[in-house]
Amino acid sequence: MITLSHYLALGAVLFCLSVAGIFINRKNLLILLMCIELMLLAVNLNFVAFSHYLGDSAGQIFVFFNLTVAAAESAIGLAIIVVLFRNHRSINVEDIDSLKG
Amino acid sequence: MNPSVILPELILLTVTFVVLMVSACTRDSGARISMWLSQLGLIAALLAVAAQIGAGGGVWFDGLFVNDPLSIVLKLTILLLSLMVLVYSRAYLSARGILRGEYLALLLFAVQGTMIMASAHHLLSIYLGLELLSLSLYAMVAMQRDSKAASEAAAKYFVLGAIASGMLLYGMSIIYGVTGTLAVDRIAGVLAGGEVPLVLSLFGTVFMVAGVAFKLGAAPFHMWLPDVYHGAPTAVTLFLGTVPKLAAYAMAVRILADALGGLAQDWNAVIVVLALLSVAVGNVIAIAQSNIKRMLAYSAISHIGYLLLGVAAGNSAGFAGALFYMIVYALMSAGAFGMVVLMGADGTERDALDDFRGLSARSPYYALLMLVLMFSMAGVPPFAGFWAKWFVLREVVGAGLPWVAVTAVVFSVIGAYYYLRVVRLMYFDEGEGEPVSPGAGEHWTLSLNTAAVLALGLVPGSLMLVCLAALGA
Repeated sequence: MITLSHYLALGAVLFCLSVAGIFINRKNLLILLMCIELMLLAVNLNFVAFSHYLGDSAGQIFVFFNLTVAAAESAIGLAIIVVLFRNHRSINVEDIDSLKG
Repeated sequence: MNPSVILPELILLTVTFVVLMVSACTRDSGARISMWLSQLGLIAALLAVAAQIGAGGGVWFDGLFVNDPLSIVLKLTILLLSLMVLVYSRAYLSARGILRGEYLALLLFAVQGTMIMASAHHLLSIYLGLELLSLSLYAMVAMQRDSKAASEAAAKYFVLGAIASGMLLYGMSIIYGVTGTLAVDRIAGVLAGGEVPLVLSLFGTVFMVAGVAFKLGAAPFHMWLPDVYHGAPTAVTLFLGTVPKLAAYAMAVRILADALGGLAQDWNAVIVVLALLSVAVGNVIAIAQSNIKRMLAYSAISHIGYLLLGVAAGNSAGFAGALFYMIVYALMSAGAFGMVVLMGADGTERDALDDFRGLSARSPYYALLMLVLMFSMAGVPPFAGFWAKWFVLREVVGAGLPWVAVTAVVFSVIGAYYYLRVVRLMYFDEGEGEPVSPGAGEHWTLSLNTAAVLALGLVPGSLMLVCLAALGA
C-alpha cells in the first residue's frame, strides 16, 4: 500500500537531489538548469500527492500553473545561457567568475 | 464582480501590449513613442489606484486578490518609483542602445508582477506575481547582450532566483498539505485552530522564510545581490534596487504575518538571526568595496537587515515600521542609483567610487544632493533614514529585544564610515572628469526625490500614520 508519506519521501529525495546537484555541479550550466527543473517537479509531486489525499483539487491546479511557469523559466534560462556563451565562449560554471563573489 | 478593483492592473496590461505592438510595428522611432506611452500608462495606473483610496477594500476572485490599505500604499509607491526609474534611465539606456520596446515591455511586466504581489491573498497569486516579476528581471539584467558582466550577472541571478522560488514553492506545498488550503486567511484560520502537525508546519515555514529571505536579499541568502547589482546595466540596477524590494516586503507581510502569524514565536528567532547577520555582513563588507554599485548592494543588504528587525518585532506596529523603512529606503536607493545612472548617461560607465572624487568642484548641486542621500542612508538626523531606523528600533526594544537593537546600532555606526567616505571623496578630494549634465526631467526628478528624503526627515509623522493605518495598527 502506497501512502502519502511514501510520496512525500520521494518528493523530499528529489528535492535534495536537485539541491545537491546545484551545489556539487561545477561543470555545466545546462545541468544546473536540469536541477532547477527537478526541483520544481519535486514540488509538483508534493502538491499532487497532498491534493489527492486531501480530496482538494486546488493543489493540482497549482501544478498546472507551476508547469507553465517552469516552461517559461527554462526558456529564459536557455536564452541567458546563449547570451553567456556568446560573451564568454563557455558555459562552464568555473569560468564564470569575472565578478568576484 | 466589479472590474474596477483591478482597473490599475488592467490599464498597465493594456499599455504593455500596446508598447509591444508599437515596438513590433516601428523601427528606431518607436522607442520614443513607447517611452511616452509607458510613462502615460504608469501615470494612468497611479490615478486609478489613487481613485481606490477610501473606496472600501475586499477580497476578490475567489480569494486570489485583495484590495486593502496596505496594497494601495504599496501600489502608489511602486508606480511612483517606476515612473522615476523611467525618467532617470532614459538617457542612459539610449546611449547604450537598449532603450527598445522590449525593455519597456519587460519593465512594465515586472511592475505588473509587483502590483499583483502587493494585492496577492492566495499562495498561487503570490507565486505567479513573483514569477512574473522575476522572469522579467532576469531578462532585463541580460538586456545588454554584448556585456560580459551583464550576462554573467543574469546567469547568477537566474540560478539563485530559481533556487529561491523552488524553496518557496516547497514550503508552500508543505503548508498546503498541512492546512489543506492555499488561501492566506484560511491558512491562518487552520493554524489558529491548532489541529495541525506542528513539526511539519514548521518545516514548511522554514522553507518559506528562506525563500522570502532570498528574494529580499537578507544574509546568508545574499550572495546573488552584489554580483547582480554590479554586473547589470546601472539603469536595471536602479530598478532592481527599488521596486522589487517593495514587492518582497509585500510577500513577507502576506506570508509571515497574514498566513503564518500563528507561528510567529517560531519564525521570530529565525528572522532576528537573519536581520543581525544582514546588518553585520552588509555594513562590514561594504567598507571594502571600490565600486559604488557594489557598495550600495552591500548597503542594501544591511538596510534589509534593519527592515527585518521591524518584522521580527512580530506585531503590526513593527510591520508598519518596516513599511516606513522600505518606502524611505526605496526613495533613497532610487536617488543614489539615479545619481550613478545620470553620471553614466553619456555612454561611459562611471560607477567606481573614484569617479566621485572632486564632484563638488565639477557639479556642486549634484554633489549636495548625493550628500543628502548618503547622510540619510547612514541614518544621520534630520534626514528620513534616521527616522526609519528609529521607528524600527523602537519596536524592537518594545518587543523585549534591547540587545538586538544595540547590536544593530553599533553596526550602523560602522556603516556610517562608507557613506561618509563618498562625501569625503566628493568634497575633500581632487579629481578629473566631466560635470554631471542631465536633462531637465532628470534634474527635477532627482531634486524632488532628494527633497522628499529631506521632507520625510523633517515631518516623518504623516507617512508613519499612513503606514500604521495600512497595517491596521
